[in-house]
This record gives sequence, structure tokens and C-alpha cells, in this order.
Amino acid sequence: MQTVEYLKPADMNELAALMQQYAARATFIAGGTNLIPDMRSGRHRPEVLLDIGDLKAMNAIALNDDHLSIGAAATIARIAADATVNAHCPILAAAAAKLGNPLTRNRATIGGNLANASPCADTAPPLLSLEALVEIMDVKGQQRQVPLDKFFRGYKWTDLAPGEVITRIVVPKPSSGMQGGHTKLGLRKAAAICVASVAVMLEKENDHIAKARVAFGSVAPKPIRAYRLEAFFEGKAADATLLSQCEPILQQEIAPISDIRGSEAYRRQVTAVIFKRNLQELLWS
Amino acid sequence: MKQRIELLVNGEYHELYVAPNTLLINVIREELQLTGTKYGCGTGQCGGCTLLVDGEPVLGCLTLAVAVDGAAITTIEGVAAVDGTLDKVQEAFLDNNAVQCGYCTPGMVLMAKDLLRRNPHPSEADIRHHIKGNICRCTGYNGIVRAVKAAAERQIEGDANANG
Repeated sequence: MQTVEYLKPADMNELAALMQQYAARATFIAGGTNLIPDMRSGRHRPEVLLDIGDLKAMNAIALNDDHLSIGAAATIARIAADATVNAHCPILAAAAAKLGNPLTRNRATIGGNLANASPCADTAPPLLSLEALVEIMDVKGQQRQVPLDKFFRGYKWTDLAPGEVITRIVVPKPSSGMQGGHTKLGLRKAAAICVASVAVMLEKENDHIAKARVAFGSVAPKPIRAYRLEAFFEGKAADATLLSQCEPILQQEIAPISDIRGSEAYRRQVTAVIFKRNLQELLWS
Repeated sequence: MKQRIELLVNGEYHELYVAPNTLLINVIREELQLTGTKYGCGTGQCGGCTLLVDGEPVLGCLTLAVAVDGAAITTIEGVAAVDGTLDKVQEAFLDNNAVQCGYCTPGMVLMAKDLLRRNPHPSEADIRHHIKGNICRCTGYNGIVRAVKAAAERQIEGDANANG
């Protein structure tokens, strides 16, 4: 692994000062579970590492009036086990519990999972369906919030400019009528990279679907929100025929590739299956 | 440029000077000569380099040594008592033939210690879930699962004896 400078700011003020000083030369590290393999393979050659892993402000998980705030450096293991996350965003906790393995979950962070912007990022589909916002700090210390769907721009490409860092994830509290479902399909049960995943948030009013939020992982160049699928369901009566009617729209929304974990045809078929199962569960069980 | 770090490894204090790109596993194996911790895949998939850092199991091959400055680390060498008396988990691994080639064993034992600390009465599913990041290519896992179960029972017995 190439030589690198390593700095660990003690608080947010120190971080802001270092970000201003190093600007685009800085690469952020927390758990390092993505970055270190990339540095070892030479895919990533950072000059200066700023370690944000232990920053208190970036580790906080807090429930506010209308949203849940999750620090970017909160570990995946903590999110999976956290009582507040489980109570208000159970699909996020469920997805976190399926990321990697117990050892990687102890170091990997939610900010890293999103910043890496892999199409198979496990926390992305639940956060997309929860309409989460990503809070970003720039090199001048200015903050902005970007909807997660806008944050992902393409394959491993995000809204982060060089030298910018994710400080926290803001998840609007789902209304009490909203129910969620999540399925991750891997090639095995342990330590699997996702082949296809779906997250659904649904609100039923009497017999109608009042609100639908649908997101997919590993079936497009980035984790995606399926807006046309959501529009198709909203306002419709919860009828079993919807399951077959929605299929052509679902197939238009996704754009999977064939790779070592599955062919395009398999991903198309199986994505429809796991989506419909979640819908069935939410509407009729 | 090398940076100064302090580590408490198996209760022993070390002051070390390491380059920022040095991996924790290399400090443990090469600087400290604690070769019980194994290097396997180097990409966080096999669990051979499992270490307890401030009580949490982490992968030595995905952790920078500078990032754990000030931490207390337990390696497999720190599991038995100083006089060599084996830990209940180690005894159970021997008694249940949970070891074949032995490469995964240090990681498995540390994960078992971690599980039993959190959950003294694990089910078989709990045990299998907890060792999902530790790959064994010899035993087929059954012996390992039996051993962890046996260690849990012995621990409970031991506690009962100590209390009674």
C-alpha cells in the first residue's frame, strides 16, 4: 500500500480546519472497509487521510420531532441494533443487519456505504424508500442537504465534490400509517454481496394505497427510486390484479447487467418476485 | 513519516512507531510477533485476522494501526490464562474436534468469546449467525458450533459453581 498522510481531528472544528487546509487532497476514512481494499489494490491512491471515525458529532443517532438523524460515522452494527432506528425505520435496521458480516459491520459506517455509491450498497434502498437526505459539509464548512436520490448520480458517482464529506443522514419520520418491507437476495446467507434488493414503504387508507415508495439495489448503475412504479400504485385499490399489472412498469424502471453474481434475465425475474412478495405481505397479511 | 501509537495488547503496553499505511495485522504479526492471528484473504471476507479491539471483533487486515491508537487489543495469545490454563472456549474446541487445519481457529475462538460475552445462552442459529464472517474450509462448521454450545454450558456450570 502506498504511503499516505494520516490525520485524526478531535472535533468538528478541527475537521473543518483540516478540510480547508487540504481541500481536494483529503480523502475521508472511517471504518475503512471499502477504502483499505481499494488502497491495497491501487484503485484508490489518497494523499491525505482524514479519520472521521471517532468524531462524536458524526456518531450520534438522535430522534427529533420530525426526523431521525444518523451520524455518518455510525457503524452498521450499531444501526442494526439501535432501538430508535428499529422503532422508527425498521427496514433500515433490517438492511444493516444483512450488510457484510459481523466483523465488517463493526467497522463499516452508513456514510461510507453511501459515499462509496455502489449499486449494491445495502443501506441505500431502504434510505431511498424513506426519502432520506444526505447532509454534506464543503471545504468552507458550509452545510447542505441533498435528497439521497439526487446524491447518487451514477455508477460510484455522487454529488460529493472533492474535499467534501457526509456529516449525517436525515431520515424523515415515516407517518404512523406507513409500513415497510425489505428483501436482499444474495448468493448465500452469509457475507453475501447483493444480487438484487428491494425496499418498499406503503401507506394504506381503507382499501386504497395512499402512498408508495419503492427502491431497488443492484439492478441499475446506482441504487434507484422507482417513481413510475410508485405513481402506478398510488390512489389505486389494493387489488391482487395490481401484481401482474405492475410488472411491465417494474421492468422499465430497472436496468440490470449480467455479472458473476447473476445474469440480466435472472435479475429481472427475481426482482419482480421479491418486489411482489413485499407488496403482498404489506397489503394482505 | 512514522507516527507514534500506543497499544495495550493482551494486557501488555507497547509504544510503537508505524507508517500510517501499516495494517493492524502487520503490527500484530510482524512487530509484536504474535503470529496466532492469521492472514487470509486480505480483503475482509475470511475472518482469519479477527482481533478484539476494545472488546469488539474487527478485521486486522482492514484496519490501519494508526486508527486504533490507544486501544486495548486481545489476540488469540491473550485468551488462555498467563499460566497457560486454557479458556473454556479453547477447551471446548479441543474436546469437540472443532479444529482441523487450525487456520480459522483463532478467529473462531475470538468470535465465540465475543458471542458468549453478549449472549451467554446462544441458540445454534445465534452461533451460526455470529461466525458468518469467519470461513472454515475443513470442519463443515458442525464441530465449531458444538464447541461453542459446549463452552456456553461449561461457562454456566462454572458460574454456578463459583456462586454456589
